[in-house]
Amino acid sequence: MQQPNSQPCAATMLRETASQTAGPYVHIGLALDIAGLPPREEEIWNRLASPEADGEAIELVGRVIDGNGDLVRDALLEAWQADAHGNYQCEFDLQAPFNSFGRTATTVENDGEWCFHTIKPGQVARRDGRLMAPHVTLAVFARGINIQLHTRLYFEDEAEANAACPVLNAVESPTRRQTLIATREEGEGKPRYRFDIRLQGEGETVFFDF
Amino acid sequence: MPRNDNKRFVERDRNWHPPAYAPGYKTTVARSPSQAYVSMQAPSVSELGGPDFTRLRMGPHDNDLLLNFRADNEAQSGLPIGERVIVFGRVIDQFGKPVPNTLVEMWQANAGGRYRHKKDGYLAPLDPNFGGVGRCLSDDEGWYRFRTVKPGPYPWPNDINSWRPAHIHVSVMGPSISTRLITQMYFEGDPLIPLCPIVHTLRDPEAVETMTGRLDMARSRSMDCLAYRFDLVIRGEVQTYFENQG
Ligand SMILES: [Fe+3]
Repeated sequence: MQQPNSQPCAATMLRETASQTAGPYVHIGLALDIAGLPPREEEIWNRLASPEADGEAIELVGRVIDGNGDLVRDALLEAWQADAHGNYQCEFDLQAPFNSFGRTATTVENDGEWCFHTIKPGQVARRDGRLMAPHVTLAVFARGINIQLHTRLYFEDEAEANAACPVLNAVESPTRRQTLIATREEGEGKPRYRFDIRLQGEGETVFFDF
Repeated sequence: MPRNDNKRFVERDRNWHPPAYAPGYKTTVARSPSQAYVSMQAPSVSELGGPDFTRLRMGPHDNDLLLNFRADNEAQSGLPIGERVIVFGRVIDQFGKPVPNTLVEMWQANAGGRYRHKKDGYLAPLDPNFGGVGRCLSDDEGWYRFRTVKPGPYPWPNDINSWRPAHIHVSVMGPSISTRLITQMYFEGDPLIPLCPIVHTLRDPEAVETMTGRLDMARSRSMDCLAYRFDLVIRGEVQTYFENQG
């Protein structure tokens, strides 16, 4: 069914190539180790920060849960975040101490828990100068997901910044806003933030369109 | 570092892409959000920036699936079984502008329709000389290119007798995480395309055309391999002339 917000494409403009699910074997292409394939010269994976990176080393973990309450054990996640000073490091370079981009996956073997090793991002300003609370943009790909879902992970110990964040405040329901806040727990040598992504139903995570 | 927050992209038409809930593809039923997405009214550098992979170190055969698994497996000196094909095309945006230096990644089943994945238990055999993964950067004019074998169709549990048409999974980054796209390339003329529940998640038959690789005899190589052209169109970057506005 056509929705009223459909954007008719200008006649001179090309249509975007249509999206399709990444499918159950996404790991072959984007997470070789998980598929059981040998690594290539360099792989994009879940260590965004080396010990030399500026900032507070942290771990981000979570699960992806479907509308039945079951774990999604074949999801691929991509993270995009600023460094400790609030700057994005766009040039991906595994020799650099910090990269703004990374990938992780949930599998049967890791009991459906994804993980990123990173640093806590700094605050990033919007064009209008308003500061957004520290956050990590996440994209979720999986079998049964026809086009990736975008969400944001915020930090529970940034209550003041969160309360002032224009993007968090754009989520009308205060209850739903809570689905974007990761909870802090004691990790192994560094703080760990837990962020479960609920695809559907009770406690459904807020997903963004941009 | 370039300031990315002056960028704007053509809005993504969510009626052109498949909807999250598409019950003919059964797995979407429990994996589709039921709440409305929150529209990012003023996208920031968090949405408009993205990784640049020009410095990612790649191996010489990363885009050659005829050689890149064999190379790791020197006891085997054969080539993969199947129809040898070149899959190539151009990464362009919706205004037709080439997108250079963007990461294009792909994965696929072997000629028998079997994936080299721990979880694939289909009875078709693995090919000792075929891994099924490739990647490359588009060149200065947006061109990308892979050499591989044509994947076989395979059955999957959806309806009682569902088969995937031959397809290659293709992932493209583009200049921003807003342009990020994962799709599948189908092969022109495949009779399984109109029968596939995943293809049918798309409402507009023209959208299916954007996922169809076309036989290109001019690029095929005599006595060697056929060529399929598959252009990847990503969201157009809107020119912002008044950079200080807003
Ligand atoms: Fe597939």
